[in-house]
Amino acid sequence: MRAETTGPAPQLPEKHYLNATYGIRSWLLTTDHKRIALLYLASVTFFFFIGGFFAMMIRLHLLTPNGYLLTPDQYNRMFTMHGVTMVFFFLIPSIPAILGNFLIPIMIGAKDLAFPKINLLSWYIYILGGAFTLWSMINGGLDTGWTFYTPLSTIYSNSAVAPAVVGVFITGFSSILTGLNFLVTVHTMRAPGMTWFRLPLFVWAHYATSIVMILGTPVIAITLGLAAMERVFGLGFFNPAMGGDPILFQHLFWFYSHPAVYIMILPAMGVISELIPTFARKRLFGYHFVAAASLAIAVIGFVVWTHHMFLTGQSTYAAVAFSFLTFIVAIPSAIKTFNWTATLFGGSISFDTPMLYAFGFLGLFMIGGLTGLFLGALGVDINIHDTYFVVAHFHYIMVGGAVMGYLGGLHFWWPKITGRMYPEWLARIAAFILFIGFNFTFFPQFIVGIMGMPRRYHTYPPEFQIYNVMSTAGASILAVGYLLPMVYLTWAAFYGKVAGENPWPATGLEWKTQSPPLTENFEVTPVVTWEAYDFHNRPDLGLDVPSGKGSPGVVAPAHGDD
Amino acid sequence: MHRTGSLYGQFKTLEQQKDTATLGMWIFLVTEVMFFGGIMLAYTINRHTYFHAFAMGSNTLSLLLGTCNTGVLLASSFTMVLAVWSAQTGKKKLIPIFLTLTIILGLIFFGVKYVEYAQKFHHHLVPGKTFDISYCVDNPSKCEDIDAADLAKEREEIDAARAADPDLNAHAQLYYSAYFGMTGLHALHMVIGVGLLLWLLKESFAEKFTAEWNNPVDIVGLYWHFVDIVWIYLFPLLYLIDRHK
Repeated sequence: MRAETTGPAPQLPEKHYLNATYGIRSWLLTTDHKRIALLYLASVTFFFFIGGFFAMMIRLHLLTPNGYLLTPDQYNRMFTMHGVTMVFFFLIPSIPAILGNFLIPIMIGAKDLAFPKINLLSWYIYILGGAFTLWSMINGGLDTGWTFYTPLSTIYSNSAVAPAVVGVFITGFSSILTGLNFLVTVHTMRAPGMTWFRLPLFVWAHYATSIVMILGTPVIAITLGLAAMERVFGLGFFNPAMGGDPILFQHLFWFYSHPAVYIMILPAMGVISELIPTFARKRLFGYHFVAAASLAIAVIGFVVWTHHMFLTGQSTYAAVAFSFLTFIVAIPSAIKTFNWTATLFGGSISFDTPMLYAFGFLGLFMIGGLTGLFLGALGVDINIHDTYFVVAHFHYIMVGGAVMGYLGGLHFWWPKITGRMYPEWLARIAAFILFIGFNFTFFPQFIVGIMGMPRRYHTYPPEFQIYNVMSTAGASILAVGYLLPMVYLTWAAFYGKVAGENPWPATGLEWKTQSPPLTENFEVTPVVTWEAYDFHNRPDLGLDVPSGKGSPGVVAPAHGDD
Repeated sequence: MHRTGSLYGQFKTLEQQKDTATLGMWIFLVTEVMFFGGIMLAYTINRHTYFHAFAMGSNTLSLLLGTCNTGVLLASSFTMVLAVWSAQTGKKKLIPIFLTLTIILGLIFFGVKYVEYAQKFHHHLVPGKTFDISYCVDNPSKCEDIDAADLAKEREEIDAARAADPDLNAHAQLYYSAYFGMTGLHALHMVIGVGLLLWLLKESFAEKFTAEWNNPVDIVGLYWHFVDIVWIYLFPLLYLIDRHK
C-alpha cells in the first residue's frame, strides 16, 4: 500500500489552477492546458456514453437470432454510429487530449504547451466536428460503416453521410493541432536537465503518437474531403462511373486508419509504462528499448495498411509484403510487453487500482495483439476476414488495451488532477467488474467468429445464440464497470480524501508540484538531476528501497500489507 | 499565460519563443505536404490510367491564364521575401508596403482564377451531368472566347483522344475533378494566406515588428512560400501534361 502513514494529513493547497479564476468565461476562454484537458474530459466522456448507447442497442438487438429490436436499416446505423463515435470522438482524443494535455507540460517541467491558444482552438475544432457528426446522427444517422467505403458512402447511401464526413474531417484538424503542439513542446519546452532520455515514457509514447497524428491525419482529411466533395459536388476520384477507383479510397483511408490504431494504443502504452514502475517500485526494465519501440511502432505502423485489404484483389506480392510487415510491427509491441513483465520481476508490487488496470492491460493487450497476427497471416485472414473474430480482436486492443490504459491513467493521476483520492476499494471492485464484463463480452466473439459469424449482419443462425447471449450479458456487466468510475471519480473530485503532493509515491516531475497544480505548474522552474523511474536514488520519496546505482535487479523489501 | 511585451508567459526567452514558433510552422507545413500528397496520389494514379483523357483535359485549360498566375505568384513570393527582409533589418516603414504588394498580387491571382473558373462553367467542363469535353467544338457559337483555329485544333485532339479512349468524356471528368480539387484547395490556402497577411499588415502599421522581434512575418512568409510552391507543382501537373505538338 501507499507510504503515507506518518506526518499530518495533507491539506489542499490554497491556490491552484481550479480556483485561480471562476466563471464560465474563465473556462471557455482558458489557455491553461490543465483546464483544456478537463474540457476534453467532459466532452470525450459525453461522446463515450453516446457511443456506448449505440453499442448497447447492438448487443440488445443481437440477443436473439432474428433480432426484434431494430430494423436491418436501423441496425446498420447503430453499428456505424457506434464505430464513428468511439473511434473519432472517444479513442483518438481520449488519452492524448486529456491526460497528455494535462501531463506533458508538467512532466517536462514547462509552464504550458508551446501553443496554448492553438490547444484551445483544437478543443473548439473537436466540438465543431462533434456537432456536425451529432447533427448527422439526429437527422437520420449514418449507415456506411465507420470506414465510409465508397461508392456506398458517395453514391448509394440514403443516410446523412455528408455532415458526418464533414464532422470527422473537421475533427481531424483538432488531432493534427494536438500532435503538432506536443511535438514542438517536447522539442523546445523541456526544463533544464530534462534530457531526452530522462523523459518519462509517457512523453515518449506521446511523441511517437504525435508523429502519427501529423503524418497520418492530413491524409484522412483529404480523403474524406474528396469523398464529401464527391457526394456533394460530383467529383469523381472514387466513382467507377467516371473511371474512378473505390479501392483507392480504401488505400487512402487505411493509410491513416491503420496508423490511427497506434494513435489509440501508443498513449495507453505510455500510461502503462508509468504505472508499472510506480507500483513495482523499480526502474523500468530497458527504458531505451521501450522508448525506441514507441518510435518503431509509429514508423512501421505506416507501412502495414493493406492488411485491411487482403480480400480486395490486390497483387499477391503486395499482400505478402504487407503481411510480412504486419508481423514486423508486432515486434516492438512485444518488446514493450516483455519489458513491462521483466520490470515486475523482483519488484515490490502493490495492487492499487491503477496497477489492476495495468495488469488488465497486459493480459488483454497480449490476447488482442496475438490475434492480430492471425489476421495478418494471409491464409488465415481469408477465412476470418469480416467475421466476429476481427471484432473481438480490435476490441481487445481498443477496449482491453486503450480503455484499460485510459482508466488506469485516470485513476493514477486523478489525485493530481483534482487533489483528491478516489475510494480505493470501490475502485478495485469496479476494475474487476470491468475486467470480467469485458472478457464476457468479447471472448465469445472470438469463438463465434472462428465458427463463421460475419460482422455487421443483423441476424445470425440460431446455433450462434449462446455466444451472443453471453456477449450481451457481458456488455451489461461492462456498462456497470464504466458507470461506477464515472460516478465515484466525480464524487471524489469534490469529496474525496485530500491526496497530497505525491500519494503513491511516483517519480515523475508532475509529482513534485502541489495537487492540484498551480496555473503555472511550478513555483520555480524545476531542474532535473535524476533519471526516470530511479526509485533507488530518490530519498525525497521517503521509500524504503536500497539506494545506489546499478541495482535494478535488487529485490526491494516488501512493505505495508502486500 | 501572461504576456510581457512580445514574450508569452510560457517561454523564458524571445529566442525560445522564436524557435518554437518556427518549428511549429515547419511541422504544420509537413502536415500540409501530407494533405496535398493524398490528392496528388489520386491525380498520379488516374493520370497514369487515363493518360489520353488527362492530356485532353489539360489542353482545354488556358495556358495563358495559368502562366500569368504562375508569374503573379512568383512575384508575390519576391515581395514577401522583401517584407521578411525589411522586418529582419528593422526597416519598419517598408514592411507594410511590401505586405500590401503581396496582398495585391494575391488578389490578382484570385481575379485570374475567377476568370478561369467561370470559363470552365461556360464550357461545360465541371464534373457532373452536364460535363461535355467536346461542348465547345460542338457548339462554337457558345464559346466565342476561343478562336476558330484553336477550336479546329481541339477538334482533332479530341478525335484522336477518343480513338485512344472511347470513354473520354467520363475520364476527362476525373481530370477536372483533379483540377477543381487541387486548385480549389490551393485557392483556399491562398485565402487563408491573404487573411494572415492582412493581420500582419495591421500589426506592422502598429510598428510591432522590430529587428529583434519579427517572427510572425517570418513564419507567415514560410506559409506563403509553401502555398506558392504548391502552385509550382500544380502548374505543370495540370497545364503542361501534353501540350500541342
